[in-house]
Amino acid sequence: MSFHLFTGTDTYLVTPELRDAVNVACALERPLLIRGEPGTGKTVLAEAIAQNLGKQLLTWHIKSTTKAQEGLYVYDTVQRLNDARFGDRDVSDIRQYIKFGPLGLALRSSERVVLLIDEIDKADMEFPNDLLHELDRMTFTVLETGDKVSAQHRPIVVITSNNEKELPDAFLRRCVFHYIEFPSKESMAEIVRVHHPEIEDELLRQVLLRFYWLRELPEVRKRPSTSELIDWIAALKRGGIAPAAIERELPFLGVLLKREHDLDTVLNKRRFGRVS
Amino acid sequence: MFVDFLYHLRDTGLKTSSTEWLALMEALAAGHARGDLNTFYHLARCLLVKRESDYDAYDRAFASFFSDLETAELSDELLKWLENPVLPQISDEDRAKLKAFDLDELAERFRQLLEEQKERHDGGNRWIGTGGTSPFGHGGAHPSGVQVGGGGGGRTAVQVAGARRYENLRSDRVLDTRQISVALRRLKKLDRDEGPEELQLDETIDASARNAGEIELVFGPPRRNRVKLLLLMDVGGSMDPYTLLSERLFSAAHAANHFKKFEYRFFHNCPYERLYTDMRTWQGEPTIDVLKRLDPTWTLVFVGDAWMAPTELTHVGGAIDFDHRNIITGIQWLHRIRQRVPNSVWLNPEPKRRWTAPSIKLVKSVYPMYELTIDGLTEAVDVLRGRRPNRAG
Repeated sequence: MSFHLFTGTDTYLVTPELRDAVNVACALERPLLIRGEPGTGKTVLAEAIAQNLGKQLLTWHIKSTTKAQEGLYVYDTVQRLNDARFGDRDVSDIRQYIKFGPLGLALRSSERVVLLIDEIDKADMEFPNDLLHELDRMTFTVLETGDKVSAQHRPIVVITSNNEKELPDAFLRRCVFHYIEFPSKESMAEIVRVHHPEIEDELLRQVLLRFYWLRELPEVRKRPSTSELIDWIAALKRGGIAPAAIERELPFLGVLLKREHDLDTVLNKRRFGRVS
Repeated sequence: MFVDFLYHLRDTGLKTSSTEWLALMEALAAGHARGDLNTFYHLARCLLVKRESDYDAYDRAFASFFSDLETAELSDELLKWLENPVLPQISDEDRAKLKAFDLDELAERFRQLLEEQKERHDGGNRWIGTGGTSPFGHGGAHPSGVQVGGGGGGRTAVQVAGARRYENLRSDRVLDTRQISVALRRLKKLDRDEGPEELQLDETIDASARNAGEIELVFGPPRRNRVKLLLLMDVGGSMDPYTLLSERLFSAAHAANHFKKFEYRFFHNCPYERLYTDMRTWQGEPTIDVLKRLDPTWTLVFVGDAWMAPTELTHVGGAIDFDHRNIITGIQWLHRIRQRVPNSVWLNPEPKRRWTAPSIKLVKSVYPMYELTIDGLTEAVDVLRGRRPNRAG
């Protein structure tokens, strides 16, 4: 095969399934839809792909007000109107008022790029449907100028979703889908070592023990994620906490648990029963 | 053989389309399966299955289809799946205990007892009350007990721990937020609204043209949805199995920023003189105060299973929480609220066939009741928009 294969990077460990999914998406030139618990590295995946394959990364962060059109281009009528009023620029050239969005730039690019559409479920419900045609054909027309933009090299599109909103079927059909499972204790140990290479074995063991204990408590509503674990370890190291104290005190619990209800539950549990 | 696999998947309820199938063929032709069943399993999954909630259906279909080809790798996959915590997490011991009573039998006995029982009862092993080892009541110790009030738990332990939670992960049974939002979207009445003025583009262009091209900005009141929605939700106790469903409805309504006003309050089983903003801390305000702020232009949606002891509706002091003695009966409160906000419906997560319980019948005599499903919600919205008669009973 002619394309480079994605293998993961030094700082981004990838499971064989995810690696294959990325490569299939690249080969079939279909968007890769990534779902998973928060903090499982969905967003970072696109960076890793770009870095690994040596491509430029374009990011489109989706907000609740984002419209599909903005990803392609925005025609800045107000600027043009202003310029017309004060005669600053030649307003007959509409092209200078067309501002391309991340998707527009990705399709115009002269080489293959990685496009990250981050948290697509944040947008309005119709948003994914509005993008169907452009993602399918990788082409669009700037209505104001009649210019047709079509991709010379179809970008590698990575889409992440937190499952806040269900995505429409028609959109899903066109994607390659991968659900990032929460890492097992063993792979978590590897992930931690990537971020904290000098961590002591005993500290790591204790930390993981507490972390998975917390995650498995059924009462905890917002379960702590990988990124929170990494932060917790950083906090523990800064604070110079001894491994043994972790079991006794669960220090800096606020780094892991963000809801008052969860914190109370865990503290009560510690008060009335043994932790493990 | 491979086309058979497609139909096998569709037979098991996965909505795999031909587009997806062709993508898989393309990937196979490009050698992505590497002639390995394990790789094929993942390849087919990432192209054919687009929701993690369908993963387990896919796994079962895959296993049954390839059972004659079963290899070491495949068994590993199955083992991995077995470790996957999508199944309800109950130990074998608990499971055995849960079988102590058949659910229908339990419900039937519960109803019988409820009819026989005339007075409050604490302790003992037969009547509904507090403590004791009868399967009914609260604070008791029977493995498959029917929870009558008290904090947490479900209507029966059997229902909470049993199949229901597992089914909830399967999308065919669940109203997802998207569907709810789509249904709620239809709840709108557009009207010119007061509030901050916004730029009226068409009028501005007209005015500027008349002004010989000199820009003349025109502002006017925006058109907004004037639906005011109050969501009253039953939480705790018997509603526990439906927490996910209620949360979804709630978040869909909350995220739907097209309502002019949106308020929510909670209650336990039946609303009385107080409505709560937080059930855990008992924060809330008198129902009267909430009603004062409302008027008939509001829209009210109840969400609850209406499943309780009939006395909770009909008796003074019938409220489920023992330290709470209501002077006005639950049913009267329901009538009062309905009088204040006639444009109201009740959504019940219980399937319709279970609406024979006396308390449900009572509530249904006051509020038009609909199932908390897409069809039910759509019907309810039609009633609220005045497309269907708003009649209880």
